[in-house]
This record gives sequence, structure tokens and C-alpha cells, in this order.
Amino acid sequence: MTAEPVLAVEDLTVTLGTRRGPARAVAGVDWSVAPGRTLALVGESGSGKTMSVLAATGLAPRTARVTGRVRLLGEDLTALPPQRRRVLRGRHVGFVFQDPSTSLNPVLTVGRQVTEAAEEHLGLTRRQARDRAVELLELVGIPSAARRVDEYPHQFSGGMRQRVVIAMALACDPALLIADEPTTALDVTTQAQIVELVAGLQERMGTAVVWITHDLGVVAGVADTVAVMYGGRIVEHGPVDDVFAAPGHPYTRALLAARPRPGHRDADLPAIQGSPPSPLDLPAGCAFWPRCPVRGDARCEHELPPLTEVGPAHRVRTFYPSPPTGEDR
Amino acid sequence: MSADSRTRRALSALRHDPPAVAGAAVLLLLVVVGVAGQWLAPAGVNDVDVDQMLHPPSWAHPFGTDELGRDVLSRVLVAARVSLQVGVVSVGIALLVGATIGLIAGYYQGWVDNVLMRGMDVLFAFPVLLLAVAIVAVLGPGLLTAMIAIGVVYTPIFARVTRAGVLSVREQVFVRAAVSIGASDLRIIRRHVLPNIAAPLIVQTSLSLAFAILSEAALSFLGLGVQPPAPAWGRMLFDGRGFVTEAWWLGFFPGAAIFLTVLAFNLVGDALRDVLDPRQLTLGEARRSTA
Amino acid sequence: MSRFILRRLLQSAVVLLGVTLVVFLLLQLVPGDPVRVALGTRFDPQTYEALRSRAGLDRPLLTQYLSYVGNALTGDLGVSFRSGQPVTTIVLERLPATLSLALTAVLIAVLIALPLGVLAAVRNGSALDHAARVFSQFGVSVPDFWMGIMGILLFAGVLGWLPPSGYVALTDDPAGWLSHVLLPAATIGLVTASILTRFIRSSVLEVLSADHVRTAEAKGLRGRVVVLRHVLRNALIPVVTVVAVQLASLLGGVIVVEVLFAWPGIGRLTYDAVQARDYPVLQGAVLLVAALFLVMNLLVDILYARLDPRIRVR
Repeated sequence: MTAEPVLAVEDLTVTLGTRRGPARAVAGVDWSVAPGRTLALVGESGSGKTMSVLAATGLAPRTARVTGRVRLLGEDLTALPPQRRRVLRGRHVGFVFQDPSTSLNPVLTVGRQVTEAAEEHLGLTRRQARDRAVELLELVGIPSAARRVDEYPHQFSGGMRQRVVIAMALACDPALLIADEPTTALDVTTQAQIVELVAGLQERMGTAVVWITHDLGVVAGVADTVAVMYGGRIVEHGPVDDVFAAPGHPYTRALLAARPRPGHRDADLPAIQGSPPSPLDLPAGCAFWPRCPVRGDARCEHELPPLTEVGPAHRVRTFYPSPPTGEDR
Repeated sequence: MSADSRTRRALSALRHDPPAVAGAAVLLLLVVVGVAGQWLAPAGVNDVDVDQMLHPPSWAHPFGTDELGRDVLSRVLVAARVSLQVGVVSVGIALLVGATIGLIAGYYQGWVDNVLMRGMDVLFAFPVLLLAVAIVAVLGPGLLTAMIAIGVVYTPIFARVTRAGVLSVREQVFVRAAVSIGASDLRIIRRHVLPNIAAPLIVQTSLSLAFAILSEAALSFLGLGVQPPAPAWGRMLFDGRGFVTEAWWLGFFPGAAIFLTVLAFNLVGDALRDVLDPRQLTLGEARRSTA
Repeated sequence: MSRFILRRLLQSAVVLLGVTLVVFLLLQLVPGDPVRVALGTRFDPQTYEALRSRAGLDRPLLTQYLSYVGNALTGDLGVSFRSGQPVTTIVLERLPATLSLALTAVLIAVLIALPLGVLAAVRNGSALDHAARVFSQFGVSVPDFWMGIMGILLFAGVLGWLPPSGYVALTDDPAGWLSHVLLPAATIGLVTASILTRFIRSSVLEVLSADHVRTAEAKGLRGRVVVLRHVLRNALIPVVTVVAVQLASLLGGVIVVEVLFAWPGIGRLTYDAVQARDYPVLQGAVLLVAALFLVMNLLVDILYARLDPRIRVR
């Protein structure tokens, strides 16, 4: 991990202007992803995982105020004019969004959509773009691509549509692929296929991947590094094997416990009680405190725990990093 | 959330919407004028004064006088009642008939639905004002026929809105539960269906009032509304159109009265829609035609 | 797709049949004897009998209706109680005037509403957006004939730029036609524009918040490309149909504006027929307008299906 990271964010904070006042969706987050590696951002909805990525790539809503430093391929995006940022993003970052039934434009053919970024950034002609589209559709495993390139999104099944979106993300041969819960809207068998496809493509093309998910099961299979987010902050960050073997944060432990595994019935899963904090009203101390099974002292309630090292490159934001004795799930 | 608390919440939200407050204030003023116009008017509506013909606005006649020397302000004030009356009665007819048709169609479905709604489609196939004109033309012009005509014209939109609401409520669990425990149709409609379609109907009613008053003005402009010598805003415009280049006040004041009235209903209606039923898109349908 | 068209065609045919019934029944609603009422002081027994039998009023109701529909299908809508001329001829003569007025009005409306609605949505919350909302609220509430009168007052009276009313056929004198059509067309056009502006604004706003627009932005496309290719293209599909529906209802003759500006179109014809109690002409005008309206709506649906690939396939 000595290579220059593809994308690195430092102290990223995103504040959204809402009707009911400013909402801090992301509060001082650091992460990076190295070439060819996969970073998983894990958390419940509203934890800031998606917003941190959108803000880093300049896709945050207009009402958002973004601070911090973002480096894409060594260039400081925050210092660049929006035009240049747009070009860098389009050229070097591919996006796969959650729901393929809405992330494609219903009134344009898939071929046109797959390669319009390549037309813009690589200067392909319409004819070249079409050939490239067929090639990309074949790459992601769409049968009779030469025919289907002229069809519209609604003519594809959910899984095939997500393959189209992946082809679209790869159009400019990006250095980084951002996959925002790409399997959530799909059925279980298709989910596995999509995960496999992305992993295979990554290996072949050497692309770095940021995989946003709430599903720790997916993380184990695809990620090198995992960052668990809660209430706009990273609460645990480390190599995926270490985090799974020795989760340091009570929240991570709860997530792991809530993960369905073979041999267990769903009903036996311990759910996490309560709901995540509102970004409009983040607590002064540990955001997880109200739901925390460990429930430490007043310090947890009033003081923000720092990220502390618990292993090599494994950091945890809690005053109680080791599992309390005799209570390991 | 119950329909009742929704309505209360809506009303409190309206208080913080300046255009809606302005609209409501104008409506209140209109009701006062509508009720007491005769007594507020400085002169009789048919006080002809040949020495005062076509006088521009002055202290004695703030809105000027018409070609017969009648006081325009008095006529505008008294005519408010006609507009409100026609608007309220005709929309009342449309609401009653349309909602009943829509309720029956949506609740019983099947061939009843088909026959009723195809009938509504037929009425919908005519441009609004044209149908109203045709109806008044055969029934003979006058206040009552204008009300009936406008009522008929706006019936289909109420039937459609009601039917759509009933269809969506019918599929909901509590209604199916009520059906399964053998509650009578009337009871289900009264207890479960009506409260849940009240919001779109309220919105539709207030917006339709605006259109109905416009339609009444148009009918009376064409001489098909309330008959002279009783004053009506549309008719005053028609009579004044020939003098408009010499006597602008004849065309200006009655028209401004129509505009303000319609605007007030629209402002309140839009605000109600935003609060009660944001998904309802009535504008295009309700006013397909300016004809 | 052809099945969709077939179904709509069938639906329209059923509705059209209903329309003929309504139009036919109009005459039955006239209190008393419509021919006698129509003739009024010009009554003479010979004309009376001739008109009655020509209108078929001496036959049973069902027979009357069936022959009314049958005749209508062959283009025979009866004869005028006044002039004795065929109604079809009378009505068709008025079509060009209404057509030229309606098309000009819609053109004006689109020229105003399209840029205004799109810009208001793209700059949501800006001063321009507020202005657009005030404009559309004004336009939806203002009586068109009042605006017409104010227009006459300003442009014909005070400024003297345009004639206050009247009609010149486009084919006779294009410049004269233009000067006469401007005021009535602008009157209708402004009202139509206000309806369209609202619709375009909300349609564009809806598409702007769609996921696929974020996808397009993620691709790093230029803002202009995103708006033109990924927003407008989608947002304008429903707008096209609304424009067409507006045009359809304007073709129905804008009675009040045609009366105000002495524009000899279908609307003016309807008004004159009402004044003269010339019921066959009234029926003919209403029937033609409703039929036109239905056909236009049918075309709109087909057009919509052509524009939106999601419907095209079905």
C-alpha cells in the first residue's frame, strides 16, 4: 500500500442546508483507496457513506457545503474549478448506482448511454462509440450485444440493466469504480452474479473500487479494507480480515451479529435496538451511545471518542475497544 | 393520520402562506360584498342619469359611470353576489352529482363503472365553455340555466377525482377488512371511503370555484347569464367593449373584479392542494379550455 | 403498439357515438317546438313544414337519432333554420379562421412558456422562478376577454398600432391578417402560456431530480448536455401532449375571444347560431368541435406512444 492512492479524502465534512436547519451528513471523514484495491464503506442508510463519496466527487446536492481535501490521482479536487473537476470525474471515475431501473435514462438507447462519456472525454465519434458500446456490453456479459445496443433500458431485466450500468461506468476505462449498493435492488441470485462480475472486471482491469453497502456479507467477499460509518463518522477502519476477526467497535460487533449466516434462522438474529441519530441533531459524544449495548460512562455521552489504533492499520472510535468479557455475541 | 387532523394541520399550514392568506382575505371581503352589496353600493344599480353619461372616475363615482349614466362601482358591488352564487351553486351541483357518480363507479366497479365513466368521457369530449353555451342556448339564458350548465360541465372532473380516490382506498387493508366482516356498503362508504377522499375533493372544489366563476363571466359576457337590467361582471364588460377606447373604466373595473375573485380562489386552492394533496394535477384537466 | 392504437380508436369511437347522442338530444331539450322558436316572427306555415320534415322532427325519436348519425357519417349535418344552407358547408367555411387563430396563439404560448418554464425549473427558487410563478398565476386567473379588452385599449386605442377587431384571410393579405390576428392570438396565447409554463416547470423539476440525471452528471457531461439530452428530452414528452390538448381545445373555437374581436371562426359561428336560435348550425358546430377534439386527443396519445419508448413497445 505504498502506491499513491487513486482517491483520498481528508477531513471531509458535508453540511446540507435543509428546511429545518443545517444537517451535518458527514463529519470529518478520512479514507483512501489504492490502485486495484477495494474499500468498503459500510453503514445504515443516513450514516453518510454515500454522501461522503458524492461530495468527494463533486456530486453533492447544490445545497450542500463541502469542506476538507480530496485528491483524485494526485490532483487536489477541492482546489480545482468545477469544470475541471467535472472532466476529471467523468474521465477517471465510473459510477454504479443502487437502482438500475432509475439510474438509466428511459428515453435513450442503452448504447448511447453506455458510451456518451467516452464521446465526451475520449473524443470518440458516434460510430466508434457504438462499436465500443457493443464491446463493453459483451464485456459485462450481455448476450447478443450487437443487437441489444439499440434497445431501451425497459427492455432489459433488472440484472441485465445493472450490467448495462456497469458497462457504462467502465466506458472510459476508469481508475476508480464507485459502486453504491449496486445489488440492493436485485434478487439474490442476480446479486451474486453482479458481485462476481465486478470482482472479475476489477481483477482484469486493475480498477480501484469503493463499494458502498449496508451488507457486511458482501464486504467479506470483495473488500480489502473496510470503513464502518455511523452518524457521519468513521467508527472503525481496518483490513477486512482483522475487522471481521476482531471487531473493535460495539456497532461493528452488532452489525456482524445481525448478519445472516448459514445454519441460523432469520428470527434468531439480534436486531440493533433504536434508530440512528438525526444529522440535524448529532450528539456531542459518541453518536452510537444511545443504542450501545456496552453503555459506558458519562464520557461516552459527552465526549467524542478519538480513533485509536487497536492493530496494524486497524483503528476504532470508541472508549471501549475490546469486547467485554464473556459477552462475545 | 385521520382525515380530520390532516384538515386541521392543513389549515394551520395555510396561515403561514402569504398568498393564501391574501386570497382568503379577498374571499372574505367578497362574501361581505356578496351579502351586503346592495347596502354598500352608493347608488342604485339602475339609476339612469342622462347628465352623467360616461363620466370618468371621480369622487362622486369612484369607478366612473356607464353609457346610461349608471354608477359603475355600485353595479360592480351588486354583481358580486351573482358571480358567487353561480360559482357556489354550480360547483355544488358538480360536486354532488360528480362525486356520487364517481363513488358508485369506483365502489361497485364492473359494468356500472364502465357505463358511468364512459358517460363522463362523453361530457369531457366537449370544450368546457362550448358545452355550457350549448346547454344554455337550448334551455334559454338566465341565472338558473347558467348554474345548471356550468354544473354539468364540471361534473366529469369530480367524478374522475372521486373514482380515482375510491379505487385507491378500496384496495387498502382496513376497507377489505370492513368488507370481510360484513359491514354494509353504506357504512363502509361513510366511515372509510368518504373521509379518505375528502382531501382531493376539497382541493378540486376550491379550484373549480375559480373556473366556474370564469365560466359564468364568459357566459354572461355572451349574454347567456343573468339577464339585464340585473348587473353581472361579464355582461358589463360586453356592454363596455364598444366604448373601451373612450371610457377605459367600463372595461377595467368589472374585469378586475373577476380577476381578483378568480385569483383569490386559485391562491387558496393551490395552497390547499400543496398541503392536502400535493400529487393532484388538476390544472391541465380542469381548464383544458379557455374557449 | 398497433393494439394500443386499436384500443384507443375503439374507445374514441364509443365516445364519439355518445357525443352524437348528446348533440342530438340538445335539440330535444329546447322547450317547445324548436323550429317555431327559431322562426319566431318570420313564421310562415310552408317554411315551417319544410324545415320540420327536413330536420326529420315528425318521425319517432329513435328513427330521428339513427338517421342523424347516419347522415352525419355521410357529412350531412342538416340545413340551417335561417339560411337553408347545408350546415356542413357553413361550419367548414369557418374552420380556416379558427385554425389560423389557434395555431398562432399556441405558437405564441410555446415561445413564451418553453424558455420561461425551463429556466424557472433549472434556476429553481431564483427571482426568475418567482416571476414565472406570478406570471402563470396571473394568466390562469385572468379572464381572457378582459385581457383582450385591455389589449384593444392599449394597442388600438392609446398606441394605435393594431386594429381593434376584424378579420382578413391569410390567403388574401398576409400582412393584414397578421395585424388582425396579433391581438386575439396574444390574448389567448398569454393565457395558454401561463398554463404551459406551470406544466413545463414542474415537469422539468421532476426530471431534474431523477436518478438518471445524477448518472449523467456523474459521467462528467457538460451542464448544457445534461439539460438538453437528459432533462429536456424526457421532460418535454408530456409537455408535447399538453400543448396538443391545448391546441385541440382552441380549435374548438375560442368563443369569447372570437366574439370580442369579431373573428369569424367556429366560436363566432356558435355565438351567432345561439343568438339566431339556429339549432342545426349550433349542433353542427358543437359536433364538429367535439369530433375534432377527440381526434386530436387520439393523435396526442399516438404521438405520446411514439415519443416515449416505454409505451412504444406495448
